[in-house]
Amino acid sequence: MSYDALRHFADSWGLVFMGASYIVLVGWHFLPRGRRQSRDAATMIFTDTDSMEADHG
Amino acid sequence: MDRLVLRTGGWFALAIVAFAAMIGARDSGFAVHMGIVSAVALGLAVHAMRHADYAGFARGLVKMPADEGRYYDDVIRWGVIATVFWGLAGFLAGLYIALQLAFPALNLGLEYTSFGRLRPLHTSAVIFAFGGNALIATSFYVVQRTCRARLFSPALADFVFWGYQLFIVLAATGYLLGVTEGKEYAEPEWYVDLWLTVVWVAYLVVFGGTVIKRSEPHIYVANWFYLAFILTVAMLHIVNNLSMPVSLLGSKSYSAFAGVQDALTQWWYGHNAVGFFLTAGFLAMMYYFVPKQAQRPVYSYRLSIIHFWSLIFLYIWAGPHHLHYTALPDWAQTLGMVFSIMLWMPSWGGMINGLMTLNGAWDKIRTDPIIRMMVMALAFYGMSTFEGPMMSIKAVNSLSHYTDWTIGHVHSGALGWNGLITFACLYYLTPRLWKRERLYSLRLVNWHFWLATLGIVLYAAAMWVAGIMQGLMWREYGADGYLVYAFSEVVRAMWPMYLIRAAGGLLYLSGAIIMAWNIGKTIAGSPLRAETPMHDAPHDAGADKPLRAAQPA
Repeated sequence: MSYDALRHFADSWGLVFMGASYIVLVGWHFLPRGRRQSRDAATMIFTDTDSMEADHG
Repeated sequence: MDRLVLRTGGWFALAIVAFAAMIGARDSGFAVHMGIVSAVALGLAVHAMRHADYAGFARGLVKMPADEGRYYDDVIRWGVIATVFWGLAGFLAGLYIALQLAFPALNLGLEYTSFGRLRPLHTSAVIFAFGGNALIATSFYVVQRTCRARLFSPALADFVFWGYQLFIVLAATGYLLGVTEGKEYAEPEWYVDLWLTVVWVAYLVVFGGTVIKRSEPHIYVANWFYLAFILTVAMLHIVNNLSMPVSLLGSKSYSAFAGVQDALTQWWYGHNAVGFFLTAGFLAMMYYFVPKQAQRPVYSYRLSIIHFWSLIFLYIWAGPHHLHYTALPDWAQTLGMVFSIMLWMPSWGGMINGLMTLNGAWDKIRTDPIIRMMVMALAFYGMSTFEGPMMSIKAVNSLSHYTDWTIGHVHSGALGWNGLITFACLYYLTPRLWKRERLYSLRLVNWHFWLATLGIVLYAAAMWVAGIMQGLMWREYGADGYLVYAFSEVVRAMWPMYLIRAAGGLLYLSGAIIMAWNIGKTIAGSPLRAETPMHDAPHDAGADKPLRAAQPA
């Protein structure tokens, strides 16, 4: 592939591909079920199911 | 037992090979480095023999299970100690070279202590030794806690840590001996680069292996940032360091790229070292340790996802802004500028996400000096991610480039954001890793906070004034078309700023020494320092009476 062809691919289909992947990767977390999953994920670091170390509160 | 023989023999063999390489070396720098490798391997061989785990052989004979019930924290404890040590070394080197700029006599007339050799020693010590050890230690801590899994292959984790220390020693001694590729933040020569590649792949295996064996379904966002940091740094390191050694027994090599391609590869590497080493990795610390210290979940988990993917998609294109008005094609310069400006938004989104985690608990800034440090770190993250995009605009860059404004910008990010968030994490980790009630002293954390903050303010303000003055003096034309100022006049005019900068560095170093004392006393298990608590509500007996009931009209 010549420099010129690569250059034009990059700012046409390459750019579209990058933009679409970004939208999909971010949008995934904004699906309706994402709200609960995000809340669970955010509070996950506080649930101490295994008392593997001493409490230092 | 076979293992012991194999291990000891292996270290001996390595020591002999390195010794032979030292004898046959083409240059003194390579000889010294092979001597270091040989000495380390010999020491390890002796160590392997003397400290063989004979109890372990016995346990193996009766097939006792390994201790899987707890996290593997030894490597993290070493990491905390190494971070404090390299921090002190790096800050001291920084203060010394700052004084060299003000008092050139401090170059001592020796090639080994000249500014040109000590400067990469300083940058690598603070970025790769201090920052890198902090990243390795915290990543091993966070990935175990958030995945609720013991570290994958503790032996490999030990190799990562000690192998990384060897890399630091080889890099640092190399700079003093004049062994350098001359690429900013990628100075080590080809064989040290190869060694770092081995260590880094092992790091990826340990981290990735732990994520894979996790017992928690979701991968917490901090691990995304850590993984992005490890993967991207591996890619950047390998591509930027593609080079051909002159001799297999010599330290000199030549880059695979030439001219403007070499420059662009270098700054694609250089800016993403900032983006993925100093930003993504430290944001991973922020997304775990700020919520833990504040005891509140992150303000918006979805915002953290946007923050993550935006940084990933945008940062990688920003490098060309280091090459404005050079031989680089104009469209590439503009591309770098545009992506840098776009980066402002996710950066501030992340800063707001971290700060708003304290929503409803703002009083902790008054009562908890560690939270205070984290908030200041986030404030500096915001300030430097605003200043950076602004400086990447071509018109601004034409004034700021090559001046001390750039140095001021880097240090507001490095001292303010990376330094303060690392200190806060060290203060969080030490009592937990050594099973202490709490830190030896919270008042000393407060002293550290103010010394560091004042130091950064002096540093950044002095460099802004010096840089803008320098830029304006360079471009000053007289009516007859000649430059008004000679270069030496500009240097002379900046002298007071250099003194203020060194004073700021001294304050910052003093704060770090207080931290080393505090952490050392905590590790030693000293009784807690007798001090008035950080927060108390004074009782005014005179005012302590009920309000008079309102009289009905």
